[in-house]
Amino acid sequence: MVNIGFNIGDLHFKTPVLTASGTFGYGSEFDDFFDVSILGGIILKGITLEPREGNPYPRMVETPSGMLNSVGLQNKGLEYFEKDIYPQVSAYNTNVLLNINGSTVDDYIALAYRINKLEKIPAVELNISCPNVKMGGMAFGTNTETARTVIKKVRAVYKKKLIVKLSPNVTDIVDFACIAQEEGADAVSLINTILGMAIDTKSMKPFLSTITGGLSGPAVKPAALRMVWQVAKAVSIPVIGIGGIMNTSDALEFFLAGASAVQIGTASFIDPKASVRIIEGLEQYLGEKGFSNIKEIVGYINKPNI
Amino acid sequence: MVKRIENLVVVENKSLTKDYFILVLSCANKDISDIKPGQFVQVKVDKSHSTFLRRPFSVHDVDFSKNTISLLIKIVGNGTLALSGLKKNDTLNVIYPLGNSFSIPQPGKRILLAGGGCGIAPLLFLGKKLRSHGFIPDLLLGFKDVEQGLEIDEYNKIGRVYLATEDGSVGQKGYLTDHSILKSEKYDYVYSCGPEPMLKNIARYCKDRKIFCEVSLENLMACGIGACLCCVVDTVKGNLCTCTEGPVFNINDLKW
Ligand SMILES: Cc1cc2nc3c(=O)[nH]c(=O)nc-3n(C[C@H](O)[C@H](O)[C@H](O)COP(=O)(O)OP(=O)(O)OC[C@H]3O[C@@H](n4cnc5c(N)ncnc54)[C@H](O)[C@@H]3O)c2cc1C
Ligand SMILES: Cc1cc2nc3c(=O)[nH]c(=O)nc-3n(C[C@H](O)[C@H](O)[C@H](O)COP(=O)(O)O)c2cc1C
Ligand code: FES
Repeated sequence: MVNIGFNIGDLHFKTPVLTASGTFGYGSEFDDFFDVSILGGIILKGITLEPREGNPYPRMVETPSGMLNSVGLQNKGLEYFEKDIYPQVSAYNTNVLLNINGSTVDDYIALAYRINKLEKIPAVELNISCPNVKMGGMAFGTNTETARTVIKKVRAVYKKKLIVKLSPNVTDIVDFACIAQEEGADAVSLINTILGMAIDTKSMKPFLSTITGGLSGPAVKPAALRMVWQVAKAVSIPVIGIGGIMNTSDALEFFLAGASAVQIGTASFIDPKASVRIIEGLEQYLGEKGFSNIKEIVGYINKPNI
Repeated sequence: MVKRIENLVVVENKSLTKDYFILVLSCANKDISDIKPGQFVQVKVDKSHSTFLRRPFSVHDVDFSKNTISLLIKIVGNGTLALSGLKKNDTLNVIYPLGNSFSIPQPGKRILLAGGGCGIAPLLFLGKKLRSHGFIPDLLLGFKDVEQGLEIDEYNKIGRVYLATEDGSVGQKGYLTDHSILKSEKYDYVYSCGPEPMLKNIARYCKDRKIFCEVSLENLMACGIGACLCCVVDTVKGNLCTCTEGPVFNINDLKW
């Protein structure tokens, strides 16, 4: 038996494969396809204190080996979540994480404070990297001072596991990872989408209502992998790799670069079972290579013996 | 209605015109009795390097005796072009059935099915379903020109077919929404699918006359299963997903 579990502190994940926020709904959208409880964890779509309608349609366009989205954190707010979604997601026999978002530092604090009380949510992913909102979002994650402030304040009220989701839209993502670690984050996840755009030459207008949007999918993978590698060398907290992972081989690259876990995003749109296939693939690969624990390959490329 | 991902076998790829073709897919021994008119499928396009996401298509027809579903597809880009090259016995990875469906009218009511371009696709299956409930709907189908005019034999079996082409090469000249039938006949129910400007005109026509009207929207989709929130339409109930709360909407819910 190969051990593929991983931990953030004392929080155990039975597999190192989670689903990325905003790409897996509330999990129930996938119930018909497989037992979601197989996953190490699911990260629910981004939540805000108050309901948000998100950005106007069109919100997505396909681009070479990827897609741009500008959903803009559409969600029904925390109160609705507590009443209507929480009871339902609590039934999953896996870690259910919330991705939290704010327009102000106070929003983040209020959200974190209330979510801390939800017994079945063992961790949050602090999203300071959403490129699709006018106020807040990425603004917090692209300035070292504001990033530090929001992480510090959330850390002060949130007692469970805190993962900080980093923006790739910065000069040096390592700075932000180090700040997260210094301010007491339990893990970092990266990358969120890369700010991009596309123009329809027929209509001579941008495809997205917001002009710019977040790029995801295989197109971002090499950039994501590079950042995960850089960050993993610089911090001692677990690094969760995200970005264009479509299959087992893609996921393995992230582990070899130093990620302790991965998140599957856009891949679930094309193959709703991508995450389970990757779990199976990881077990098979490790078995074939003669490893008994996935930890043995985390950061393998940095090991002195190779 | 359980959504499933399956490899379906191409039984036939029927070329209709230079732009349109029909794919008949075998669901082998799987139970497809739960597929309803208005629902769609998400198709994975393997043979096109530039096609990344799945492509949504309405269920055009279901043959319950042969256990096949068919898709009526218009070639508009690389994905649909690659699909047009599929051969008998090729397999196609499909997620289905997705979305809601058209509602069934009150008995004895007069019905019009109005479709423009590839928007005629879901109306065949709907028409057959309505026939099985004892209705005989009229059909109003619109195309750019006769070249694009499809074999309408199948539609003729459902009810009386009226045609409109923009160049007048067959049927009445002009847009479908200008067809005289809309002035001479009185309908209680209108079901429609096609380009958005056409649907908006149909919706206005129905609103003015207080006719029950459902339209099937073709918003751009990434997942097709309610996970990404990319496909929303602005409604009186807020932003709703076309893929799960649609594609069929009552016009009274749309802000048109
Ligand atoms: C629920 C639903 C049901 C559909 N049913 C059918 C059907 O039965 N038959 C059929 O032929 N098509 C149908 N469509 C449209 C079909 O999905 C697109 O034509 C197809 O995805 C185009 O793929 P492509 O790779 O060939 O073109 P692309 O290269 O992706 O696009 C080519 C051009 O078509 C435009 N386009 C692409 N998708 C759409 C869309 N959804 N709406 C408007 N313009 C679009 C693009 O902007 C571009 O200009 C449906 C769409 C939806 C959402
Ligand atoms: C449609 C869509 C919605 C997303 N919504 C969120 C979100 O609410 N919060 C967040 O932190 N990331 C969000 N993301 C980013 C993903 O979680 C992930 O970081 C990114 O897509 C890169 O991974 P991928 O290439 O595997 O998709 C979203 C991505 C997509 C495509
Ligand atoms: S296409 Fe993803 S939610 Fe509708």
